[in-house]
Amino acid sequence: MNSFKNAGHLLRFAGLFVIAFVLFLVIRHYYVPKSFGQYGHYRGDAIKDDAARPTFYAGHDTCETCHADIATKKSGGPHAHVNCEACHGPQAIHALADDPTAHIPVKPDSATLCIKCHAASLAKPKKFPQVNEDHSMGMPCITCHTNPHSPAIDTTGTGGKK
Amino acid sequence: MKMNRRQVLILLPAAAIAWESLMAGTPEEAPNYKLSDHWWSMLIDVSKCIGCGNCVRACSQENKVPEGHFRTWVERYHVDDEHMTEPQVISPNGGFDGFPAATDDSGKYFFVPKLCNHCADSPCTQVCPVGATFVTPDGVVMVDRTYCLGCAYCVQACPYGCRYIHPELEVADKCDLCYHRITKGLTTACCENCPTAARQLADLKNPKDPIHAFLRTHNVQVLKPQMATGAKVFYNDLDGSVH
Repeated sequence: MNSFKNAGHLLRFAGLFVIAFVLFLVIRHYYVPKSFGQYGHYRGDAIKDDAARPTFYAGHDTCETCHADIATKKSGGPHAHVNCEACHGPQAIHALADDPTAHIPVKPDSATLCIKCHAASLAKPKKFPQVNEDHSMGMPCITCHTNPHSPAIDTTGTGGKK
Repeated sequence: MKMNRRQVLILLPAAAIAWESLMAGTPEEAPNYKLSDHWWSMLIDVSKCIGCGNCVRACSQENKVPEGHFRTWVERYHVDDEHMTEPQVISPNGGFDGFPAATDDSGKYFFVPKLCNHCADSPCTQVCPVGATFVTPDGVVMVDRTYCLGCAYCVQACPYGCRYIHPELEVADKCDLCYHRITKGLTTACCENCPTAARQLADLKNPKDPIHAFLRTHNVQVLKPQMATGAKVFYNDLDGSVH
């Protein structure tokens, strides 16, 4: 072992290197999350974290478990495919509550709600029903379109200008 | 402990079941949702969009999107005969409050809702230096808020401009396809609230999803196909002037 006689300085350095490497492994063990690398070069639990966020829109299926009558009213009408919360706003607070009556949703105001979709504009698809401001002559839409869930007017009344 | 042959024979199947459950590891948090069973995408029918902004408002509420930033937004294109390749594009407040009435009768108008394209070969995930953004096994491009440093490399890398730095959290933020909803069997907030069904969530791995028939029978395009990002937001009836 004479060849290692003068290699003390190298061995000391190698020892330092080993200690640093072990230290690196120990620190890494504590700082790298367990799920890192589970699916790829990222923290696997981040997927679960994101999935655990709260929902604000309950979804029309949830609404229809209680309000089946409205769903029936809607079906067949021009609003058949307009989901509840598109007009009524986010209702998870109402729908998912233990006591839904504690969070009664505010009724939308037809004077401001309907024109969000139905205000006339050349940019909209031609077949989409659109009205000018003089169509209602200042009255809220619900005056004539009494059932907003199925708003087509069947009777041939005087009506407004399209 | 001494056991005769009969006792061993009775215990063996029980031991096998115990061993199997041990090897299977901990059951998934959401037992009805399996990552490998899905490959999420979205279908947008440009000809159905009326520019009402319901999707932008819904997204903003569902995901607490900070004011002035958008995970989804709507653009209105106006293409006239003289400027076929240079359309006029407006998106006032991302379409949050809808659009002013169009009055110029020349040319054509259409609305293009935009959001993260959830690219399969996403440029934004490739540039992240810390592994804070990634494509999940079910095809959603996501940001890990606890890992993101806010360096904004990804914001620059996205060819569709879908990312922003969250002003309060100072991390990159973007559409995550309402991951908290789609893993529970709901659709995204924007799709749920689209009154004309112009936007539809689709699962490309679900053989019963109507998107397969739709893709076969319609002229469907993705944005910037020349970038080879593997974009998964499909546009029906998309005009060539859209960029």
